[in-house]
Amino acid sequence: MDIAVPIRTVPDPVEELEADPDGTDIDREWTEFVLNEFDEHAVEEAVLLKEARDEGDTITVVALDDGLAEVEQMLYTAAAKGVDRLVRIIDVPPGLSTSGAASLLGSFLGDGDFDAVFTGVQSAEDRDGQLAGMLGHELDVPNVCVITGVDVDGDELVVEKEFSGGVTATYAVDTPAVLGIQAASEPPRYVAVSQIRRVMRSAEIETVDAADLGAPAEPGSDVVGLHEPERGGEAEMLTGSPEEAAAALADVLADHGMEV
Amino acid sequence: MSDVYVVTEHQAPESLDGVSYELLNAGRGVADDLGVDLVAVVVGGDTDGYLDELGVADRVVGVTDASLDEFNPVAYASAVESVVSQASPRLLLTSVTSIGMDVAPRVARSTDLPLVSYVTDVSVDGGDVVATSQLYGGKMFVDSALGGDPAILAVAKGAYDADGGRESGTPEVEEVGVDAADAGIRFVERHEPEAGDVDITRVDRLLAIGRGIGEEDNIPMAEETADALGAALASSRPLTDNKWLPKSRQVGKSGKTVQPDLYVAAGISGAPEHIEGMKNSGLIVAINTDEEAPIFDYADYGIAGDLFEVLPALTEQAE
Repeated sequence: MDIAVPIRTVPDPVEELEADPDGTDIDREWTEFVLNEFDEHAVEEAVLLKEARDEGDTITVVALDDGLAEVEQMLYTAAAKGVDRLVRIIDVPPGLSTSGAASLLGSFLGDGDFDAVFTGVQSAEDRDGQLAGMLGHELDVPNVCVITGVDVDGDELVVEKEFSGGVTATYAVDTPAVLGIQAASEPPRYVAVSQIRRVMRSAEIETVDAADLGAPAEPGSDVVGLHEPERGGEAEMLTGSPEEAAAALADVLADHGMEV
Repeated sequence: MSDVYVVTEHQAPESLDGVSYELLNAGRGVADDLGVDLVAVVVGGDTDGYLDELGVADRVVGVTDASLDEFNPVAYASAVESVVSQASPRLLLTSVTSIGMDVAPRVARSTDLPLVSYVTDVSVDGGDVVATSQLYGGKMFVDSALGGDPAILAVAKGAYDADGGRESGTPEVEEVGVDAADAGIRFVERHEPEAGDVDITRVDRLLAIGRGIGEEDNIPMAEETADALGAALASSRPLTDNKWLPKSRQVGKSGKTVQPDLYVAAGISGAPEHIEGMKNSGLIVAINTDEEAPIFDYADYGIAGDLFEVLPALTEQAE
């Protein structure tokens, strides 16, 4: 089985975000970008499946590189985890919409002979929707998202899909298919820097020019403003040393009839 | 016909999910602003059981087929595509749920309609629609202008009140046919959540911990504080993904919705997925090193501090 895992970058969740001078995007120049955590789960689930099957499956990770993140590092890290083939799509426009990402990836993946595409269920920048469903249409294959486990039975993928309230359901999906991974069956593995360095000596990264994949699809709407959440309902802060803050909290709880 | 259509959802037989009424509430306001009708779309193997509380809508469109008995991403997308092609909605509203996230992006690409997701507010000005999305883990709201053209809006769960969209009554129902092609996906079985050691929806006090706890070895420290506070320990998603706590302890979108008298959130930044599950708690206390963390917007009291210092201090205080 050949599995493709597209990966995207997002602003580091710990970063403060600011609007750019036009007020139509975040200020990308001063923002650190990291691998979308859901895509990391997608990579992990692919590697877990390959290891569990032990039938010589191949995994291709395809990174959209807009030049703002350490994408090569992310690809080498994936290789150190057990990914076989590394592809970097370069000159991707910064702030590319999900529709645009789906069309570029659809163009690249459509030329390959993949049995399954695993991608993160969402990203922090999915203003115009999530990638799995869009890729499902682009590739004209089934899509299922919010997946927390993948198995293979003959020519079918057997997936666990999560609904709200902890309800899950099992689906059998014909291949090829696109899966939006919510969480890998096991937490994403850690790889030591030494392992990544070792991989860097032998692993090759193929590059593909985004321009060769056609014009990215437009999201169909324009961003006209960004604003931070109103801080109206702000909490009353309990200050001082940890001990003083804890004592103040105990008083607050007592005032609310909650003795501790 | 260029009306506002709302795609309802259901998991349990005989009742629509609460999120459907949230959507109807959102849709009613937008339809009134645009001066058009509100139409509820009900998709299923047999839709009769879902029609009792759709009084807020002007009409109902039923898409009924045996292939739609259980949720199926591709079959449902085909059903919604049929509605779009036959009715040409002015706006189609879906939810950002496990169901909506499968359907809306696929339909958007196949019908070539713009999609705006994670919508928390919709404003209409002279027929032009602007949808506001909550992105970046709740840290930024982004306004998307859609002009006067048809579009799909995927509305965030919890953004609108369900009570405002729930009204007894069944408007006129019209059936729309669907081409039940092979979806390539087969429903196998449903799994109800496993009963946990503690039912966090039924306890009076919760101490919830998040990514800030750092590693599994630090959980006993939080358990001590929970014990001292007379609270049960709960968590945000990353901890149950890492299997540090059982799934039954997870609060939020894909976990439990809780409403304890006291909710202490430690090391939880307050992503919308988590807020959804705890915002109606009684007294909310947030402990986080990042003073700008969104969780403080939902808390009554906050401590801008390191949970590794504050929780032990709290344990000592309580003992």
